[in-house]
Formats: sequence, structure tokens, C-alpha cells
Amino acid sequence: MAIASDSRPLAAEVAYFLTRRARWSPLEIAFWLLALASIWLFPTKHLILTEICIWAMFALSLDLILGYAGIISLGHAAFFGLGAYSAGLIGKYGFIPEPVLALVVSGLIASVVGFATSFLVLRGSDLTRLMVTFGVALMLGEIANKFSNITGGADGLQGVEIGPVFGTFRFDLYGHTGYVYALSVLFLMFVIARRIVRSPFGLSLQAIKGNALRSSAVGIAVNWRLVAIYTLAAGYAGLAGAVLAQTQAFASLEMFSIERSADVLLILIIGGTGWLYGGLIGALIYRFLQDELSGLTARYWQFWIGLILVAIVLTGRDRIGRWLTPAAKLADDVAKLRSGRPQRARR
Amino acid sequence: MPVVLETRGLDKHFGGIIAANQVSLSIEKGARHALIGPNGAGKTTIVNLLTGVIKPSGGQILLDGADITHLEPHERVRLGIARTFQINQLFADLTPIETLGLAISERLGLGKDWWRIVGSKAAVTEEIIELLERFRLGDVMRERTGILPYGKQRLLEIALAIACKPRVLLLDEPAAGVPEDERHEILATVEALPKDVTVLLIEHDMDIIFSFADRISVLVNGALFVEGGPDEVARDPRVKAVYLGEAFDA
Repeated sequence: MAIASDSRPLAAEVAYFLTRRARWSPLEIAFWLLALASIWLFPTKHLILTEICIWAMFALSLDLILGYAGIISLGHAAFFGLGAYSAGLIGKYGFIPEPVLALVVSGLIASVVGFATSFLVLRGSDLTRLMVTFGVALMLGEIANKFSNITGGADGLQGVEIGPVFGTFRFDLYGHTGYVYALSVLFLMFVIARRIVRSPFGLSLQAIKGNALRSSAVGIAVNWRLVAIYTLAAGYAGLAGAVLAQTQAFASLEMFSIERSADVLLILIIGGTGWLYGGLIGALIYRFLQDELSGLTARYWQFWIGLILVAIVLTGRDRIGRWLTPAAKLADDVAKLRSGRPQRARR
Repeated sequence: MPVVLETRGLDKHFGGIIAANQVSLSIEKGARHALIGPNGAGKTTIVNLLTGVIKPSGGQILLDGADITHLEPHERVRLGIARTFQINQLFADLTPIETLGLAISERLGLGKDWWRIVGSKAAVTEEIIELLERFRLGDVMRERTGILPYGKQRLLEIALAIACKPRVLLLDEPAAGVPEDERHEILATVEALPKDVTVLLIEHDMDIIFSFADRISVLVNGALFVEGGPDEVARDPRVKAVYLGEAFDA
């Protein structure tokens, strides 16, 4: 598409191109309105929807490092578990009675440990990173196991008491408060992540993922950028774990497990990396499949999950992207009509 | 003219292989300095040492008299040393707009900004446009870099280095692999560089070197061999011998 065909000045054109993905598309607005509506549409499903929100937060966290910075992890549950135990212990011992503040503190604790371990994932190949992240998760899980007098060890953290949100909204048995709470936290986390990946910092992460050598040759302090995003992602994973501990009033060693790290990777791959919605959609699909398939074959449902995973990876995301092109084109056309802007070339 | 970039007794060994041997090179401000030599002479090694991609086994690198031998690559970029790569090192998934926007944002110190949207600053977009026009990349500015024609990628490679606003620019075979009829476009952009930018050019093509350089250093087996003005070097029988592949007895 030639520039000449466009009446707008080049400066506006370039600025528009750079900021185009920062605008909320109609499809995105519809997505979040639907999520909001689900509070009233599916009042009996709030417990499972809460679970989906938590998986979505966790996968969103993984997308920040894997999808944007190219850091592969097989131990992301380390921070999830850490956030869960932080929130659980805070609740059990009543350090901070208000859950939102307790949540923030739990996220911070996870990000501090994320920062401390980020230096381990800076160097080395993907395999090294897989093993290092896996190892960190194992160690944290065993620390929680060892100090059973505080954490309850293999029995899990019992007797967690979570106060009302903002001192007003009590967590109820049907999970209504829990769902609104989890959805709100997810939305806030999403908005912040969305902003970050479109910032110069976010662009530099994508550059590092694409070519670290050239990134440093244009003046990017590659290692510090990776430390920063790893720290943030650890905090995000901690928030996800903390919401789980708070809504369930329970934390267990399973929250550190390799299965959880693998599941979140699976969820992100199902939904697609590097566009933030992957974790959200992946969590929906995963949980839905889990429900549907376990209805069909209660014990062997993971066979089908495995089959779907193999199919997705072998088919390649690009091809799936092409199947979705008509939908993307439709969304683009709607955006064009709405704003009266000429259609732009797609990447 | 004052010396901008200088190396003193620079050594680099890879195991038993000597890639740079006591290289002492002085590049004057505003120079059009060419570094030539047969294949495997260690030219790219010198660029990698100057930019910090590899660390020297011995010796010193000075920028404006200050020792930069142990600085990280990105720190040297901030001090004004930028380079291009012999083999394209670009961001395949980014567009030229984003690629240039990235480098400009970094230079303006916006790279750590995690809240403002890329492209929301007029200073950045204006400079992107200037570079797109100067390097004739406007018609492909929205395409993924990975699918651009090779010649365009080569132009982007140089534009990206220029986006760092270097005081010293190291060009590692800028026209390598570009078809004959497209070379002039690349060379024209190189020749149009501002006079106050110091350029160190690595090249094989003698026509390019002699039309461009005002100073030539010849590197053979990792060591500086001859240095002088173009005429001087052209007349030097030892250089001829090296380039004709004759055995030369040092």
C-alpha cells in the first residue's frame, strides 16, 4: 500500500501505525463486556469462572515473559505458590485483615523472589532456562513442605481466614464475591500488561526476543530489561496464586507443582503467545474442555488435551492465525467504519 | 584532526587462533577510514572488539581518550559508537517503523518507559519519518522486516545504525550481497552521511573503497600491515601482493 494513496500526512500515518494496537478494538470491548455480563448471566457458575480467571492471570503472567521476552519457563508455579502461601499465611495469622492489601503484599513478595532469581535465567539456552526455572519451583515447594509447622506441609495450609473486601464484601460459599473479585483483579492486571507491552519498554522486549545481539547494538541494556519483565511476571503469578488462596481460603503444595507449571504453559499455547488474550482464551478453552471431556471419559480426559496440544503445535499458530483472518478483517472493517479511517495494511 | 577512536595493542585469541594481533589503530574525527584485507584477516573481529560484542585478550580501546575497553555494548552505543552488521541483524517480526522507533526511543532515554505508548511522542515519529524518507523505506514501512527484499533490509540495517545518532559509525560491508544495480543506492546513503560523523568502513570492493575513503588500513592475519592515504596504499607493492594472493614474506 503506497503512502501516496493516503491523504493523511505521513507523521499522522506513522503515529497512527505505532499506536494502532493500543486502541481498544470493538472486539476487545465486546470481550470484556461479555466478561462483565457473565456475573449476571451465569450466577451458578461463579466458582468455575473464578478458577478460569485465576488460570488466565497466571497465563497472562507467563505470556509476559514467554510471548514478549522469549523466556521459557517450566517452573512458573514457583511464584504462583509463593503468592498463594503469602496470602494464605497473611490470612491465617491475621497480619493484614483487608484482602486487597494482602493481595498486593503477596504479589510484591513473589516479585522480590522473582527479581532475586531472575539473574539465573539471563544466560544460557532455552534448555538451561527450563531446568533453572524448574529447579527454583522444586526448591520453593520443598521449603514450604519442610516448614510444616508454619505451612501445614503436605496437609496444606488450613485455617486461613480472609476478611471482607474493603471491609465490606464478604467471601460467600457460592463464590459470588470471589468471582467479582477475581474478575476485577484480572481486568486490572490485563489493562496494565496491555499498556506495558505497547510502551517503548515492551517494544524493546520484543526486539530482544527477536535479536538480542542487535538490541544491544542499538543501546538496549538487554539483561536489565529481562530482569525487569521477569520480576513483573513473577509478581503477576504471585497475584494469581494469592487470589486462589484467598477465594479458597486454602493453600497447598500442589500450587508449586510441575503439573501447574506445565498446565499454564499448555493454556498459553492453546490460546497463543504474544497477544495477551492467549492466556485468557486458553484458560476458557482448557477449563471448558476439562469439564466436557471429563464428562465423556472421566479418567482419561487428558488424552484429548494432549491430542489437541500436539495438533496445535504441529499445525503452527500461523496457520491457525490464517483461519482467523476473516474474523480479524471483519474487526478491522468495523473499526474502520467506526472511526472513518481508511483501512490500513495488515502485517 | 583529533583522534576519536583509538586502539592500543589490541589482541584477541580464540584458543590458539590469533584473530587480532597488537592492533593499534587511530581514527580521526570526521574521517572516512577504510579497513581492508583479505578474507579471514580479522576485520569483523576488530568491529566486534570496538563495539564490545567480544572482549579483547589484551590491549585498550579509547573513545575521545577515555578507556572503554570494559564497557558493555549498549553502553558504547550510548557514548556514540554504532555499527552495521555484515550479515543482517534485524528484528524480523517488527516493521521498519517499529524498528526505527525502537532505536530512537532508546537514544532519547525512553526505553525504560513502560507506561507511555510507543509513537505518542512527536519527536520520535518525526525522526522515524526523516529516516524512512532518507533511506527510501517509506513504501515498505508497514511490512514485517523479515519479508522485505534484501536490498531494503540492507538499507534498514544502515538506517538503524544512523537512528542511534553515532559520532563513530562502523560499517561492516554495507553493500555485501546486494546486486550490482542496487549498490549505488546504498553507497549514496553512505556518502551522504554528515561530515562530522566519523566512519570506519570495512569493504572488499576496491572501487567503493577508493571512491570513499580518505584513509586506508590494511589488515592481514589479524595485524595491521599498511596504513596511509588511498594513493599511497594503491601504489604499495606489498598490498598488491597480498590482494593478488602472492606469497608474501614478512
